[in-house]
Order: sequence, then structure tokens, then C-alpha cells
Amino acid sequence: MTLLTLSLLVALGSFFAGLLGALTGLGGGIVVVPMLTLLFHVNLRYAIGASLVSVIATSSGAAAAYVREGYTNVRIGIFLEVATTVGAVTGAALSGLIPTSALAVLFALVLVYTAYRSLQTREEHAIDLPADPLANTMRLNGTYPTKEGMTPYTVQGVARGFVIMLGAGVLSALLGIGSGVVKVLAMDRTMKLPFKVSTTTSNFMIGVTAAASAGVYLHRGYIEPAIAFPVMIGVLGGALLGARILAVASTSWLRKIFSAVVVVLAIQMLYKGITGAM
Amino acid sequence: MEQVVGRLLQAGVFLATAVVLLGAVALMAKHGGDAVAFGTFRGTASHLTSVGAIVRGTLARDPRAIVQLGLVLLIATPVARVALTLVAFVVQRDRLYVALTTFVLLVLSYGLLWGS
Repeated sequence: MTLLTLSLLVALGSFFAGLLGALTGLGGGIVVVPMLTLLFHVNLRYAIGASLVSVIATSSGAAAAYVREGYTNVRIGIFLEVATTVGAVTGAALSGLIPTSALAVLFALVLVYTAYRSLQTREEHAIDLPADPLANTMRLNGTYPTKEGMTPYTVQGVARGFVIMLGAGVLSALLGIGSGVVKVLAMDRTMKLPFKVSTTTSNFMIGVTAAASAGVYLHRGYIEPAIAFPVMIGVLGGALLGARILAVASTSWLRKIFSAVVVVLAIQMLYKGITGAM
Repeated sequence: MEQVVGRLLQAGVFLATAVVLLGAVALMAKHGGDAVAFGTFRGTASHLTSVGAIVRGTLARDPRAIVQLGLVLLIATPVARVALTLVAFVVQRDRLYVALTTFVLLVLSYGLLWGS
């Protein structure tokens, strides 16, 4: 295949990945790596590098809109980024020691978990429980805009949330994904933040976490410009369009289709990983 | 402050995209017809793996270096956001968060400038 043909096809595929990622809220990164490796036979390490770059692009693009709305809790973001960036640099350092077949199997497991989570309905939880003492010390409790004006909320499970974030950082670096699913798990379920606060703060952190490992991967030669640029342009374009049509599109059936696609990709990644074909 | 952060992120992504596209057009003009395969990991050529070398390549108008410069600008965008957050905490005289933000910034700089 010529460079021009490959770039155009990868850009087109990445565009749909970004579009679906934005519409379903799962992010494009989760399908970019399987697409590159399974469809275009790109080596997993190049795919991870390219995917990380696209994760930074969509996170920064979306954050530009989010920060003005006042949901993002910058203190929580910075506090947890201590964990995610250390995790990311550790994961990037470990990556070279782990065979691609093992990474493929790990990726498959994360895909299955993502599909499972995306089909579950979110439980509402109280936001005014007594705060974790550590949240008071670290001044993590905050306020966010609601219909009734600025509403205060408290933060729970600070230490557990921090540890989960270390894992999210390692996973993000090893697989080249934003690991938004794990980040929201820590912030929504463990730290009990209001949903809007966890999604926007998580988005802030995704870009910073990905930048930590992308820097290391740049030096390691994982970021191949010929692969990374069509992925970045395609995913960003798809995500921007997705954010625009989100208001008019029905996403429940889309989530089901997307989850089905994710499971099919997981099975293929698992098969290739186990047979050592990747 | 939020306005500035929003602008910074938009500007970073826009600038990075513009540089990447410029490099991509040049790359296609020069090597678009080349047969390529990326199935085996060899590691990107060493003149494209450090910030200094990428800047030198860009000055020499190497299309791949220009694309890579755009990607580096993109990676630097969240780093700039953290730097701006640090300024905000310094202004607020919030010592704990000045310390935490400085730590995050050091980890990011390590990755981008020396990480190997």
C-alpha cells in the first residue's frame, strides 16, 4: 500500500472512531488501536503511540469548551494527576519489557470491561455525605453550577481514588487509551463526585496523563508521524462533529451497537494475543 | 482565568493541527507514492525522537520533522495548561497546590524532554 492510500484510509477510519467515541461518550482511543492493528496491520507499539496523540487532541479540544462552564474541579484534577502521571511514566517504562501479545490480551480485557460498563445505567448518589477527613485537609470539596445556583458537594474515598488513578495512569500508557472508564469509576463511584464534575475533571486529566506517557514514547520511537498524523486529524475531526450533533442524535441504540463492535474487537485482539499473532 | 485556559487549549490544538497538516501535505508531495508497511516495530528514526532534533529537522524543511513538530506541540498543550494552573495557585498563595502542581509539571517535563 502506498503512503497516500494508507494515510487516507487511516484518517477515514479514525474519523468514524472519533465520531462514535464522542457520540457514545466512550472516547475514540478505545477503537483506534484495534482498528490500526487488526485492519491496517500496524504494529501495536506504533498504534499505541498514535492513539495517545489522538487522546490528547480530543481531550484538549473538549476541555476548551468545558472549562468555561465551571464544572471542572482543578484541585481534584491536580491531586489525582500526581497519581496518573507517575502511573503513566511507570507504564511507559514497563511497556518495552512486555511482549505485544500480552498487551493485546490486556487490551481485550479492557475492551470487554468498557462495553460492559457502557451498557449499565448510572446510579445517582448523594453528594452531601460527611466528607472524607483527607478531603478536608486537601481542600478537595467544591461547588458546581445547578439549576438552584452553585451547589456544594463533598468528596469521599480520597485514598482509594488516588490508588485507582495510579492504575488508570499505568493502563493509559500501556494501551494508549484515555482510560476514561477507570477515571470515572474512581471519581463517580469511589469519590462520589457529581457526574458532571467527574466527567469534566476526568477529561482534564486524560490529556495530562496521555501527555506524560506520549513524551516518553516520543523518545522510544513509538510515535511514527506517518501513522500518528492521520489518526490525530481523523479522530479530532470526528470528535468535533460528534460534539455538534450530540444534541440531536439518539445515543442509546448507538451505545448498544458500539458495545457490540467493541466486543467483536476484543475477541479478535484476544485471539491474536493468545496465538502470538500480534 | 478559565477564559485564558480555554483560549490556550484551543490555540494549542489549532496550532498543532495547522503544523501537522502543513507537514502532511509536504510529506505526501514527496513520499505519497512510496510503498509502506508498519507491521514490524523498528522504532521511529532517531532524528524524529527528541525535541531538539525535531526542531533542527523542521528548520531543514524535512516533512516528517514538521509533522512531528506539530505532534510535539499537541503533547505540549496539556503541559502548558498545567503550567498556567501553577501560576494561578502561586497567585492564590496556595502552597500545598503549588507544590503538587510543580511535581506534576516536573513529571511531564521529564517525559517530554528526557524520557527514555
